[in-house]
Amino acid sequence: MATTAIFFTILAVMAIATALVTISSKNPVVSAIALVAHFFMLAGIYLTLQAQFVAVIQILVYAGAIMVLVVFVIMLLNLGDEEQMRDKLNFKRFIAVLFGAVFIFQLWSVFLAGGGGVSKMPEQALKTGSAQSIGMALFSDYLYPFEAIGLLLLAAIVGAIILAKRKLE
Amino acid sequence: MLDTIPIGYYLGLSALLFTIGTIGVLTRRNAIIIFMSIELMLNAVNLTLVSFASFMGDTAGQVFVFFVMAVAAAEAAVGLAIVLAIFRKKQTVYVDQINILKW
Repeated sequence: MATTAIFFTILAVMAIATALVTISSKNPVVSAIALVAHFFMLAGIYLTLQAQFVAVIQILVYAGAIMVLVVFVIMLLNLGDEEQMRDKLNFKRFIAVLFGAVFIFQLWSVFLAGGGGVSKMPEQALKTGSAQSIGMALFSDYLYPFEAIGLLLLAAIVGAIILAKRKLE
Repeated sequence: MLDTIPIGYYLGLSALLFTIGTIGVLTRRNAIIIFMSIELMLNAVNLTLVSFASFMGDTAGQVFVFFVMAVAAAEAAVGLAIVLAIFRKKQTVYVDQINILKW
């Protein structure tokens, strides 16, 4: 239990730090690399929750596919640093951070008013995270959304190709 | 019952990451950084879903995470294609310069 707590603390602090670097860096490539590191930290947190399938899928899909796409686009557009970030936005950024602080205060106070939450996982948790149980649920109870997601991905592929083509012929 | 970190810490971390993503969406001008902040928000929600699924022993939360990830991938592909198309026309990715619809 103590090692889990240490792992969770390190992973959580690193996840928050990389998220802050992502939103605040002037160079988009630095933001992308920080986001990849953030996804790896989140995969580690999923492992502390006994969710092995979701952790592996997170690394494969998010860090391995989506972020590769984002880095390709950044390199294709040849974006440089954002120069005017410091002077124009100080008032807007202050309002945004204030909003964020109020928002998180609301979320935390709503949660604490509900009583705090449990600190023990049921024994089933060891089984719910495995690929077998997710597969059983996915292909029996959730078959219709599964097929719909396939259709959605097909529409996304066709749409992305059409939108990014140079000339429609 | 397994002894573990209380669920409160996972939910608090998820709320904090969601707020960081929101601040990123509101503050930045670069459309690609805005996309990355949206991915941060989606991941925070994924963390909430997975933590509830583990603490209640119900697989439905993790199945939903599967769907959220598929939707996020589709949205990233189409959104970046739109950013590319706009860049070809306007030579910029800063959202405050993309004001063609302004009257």
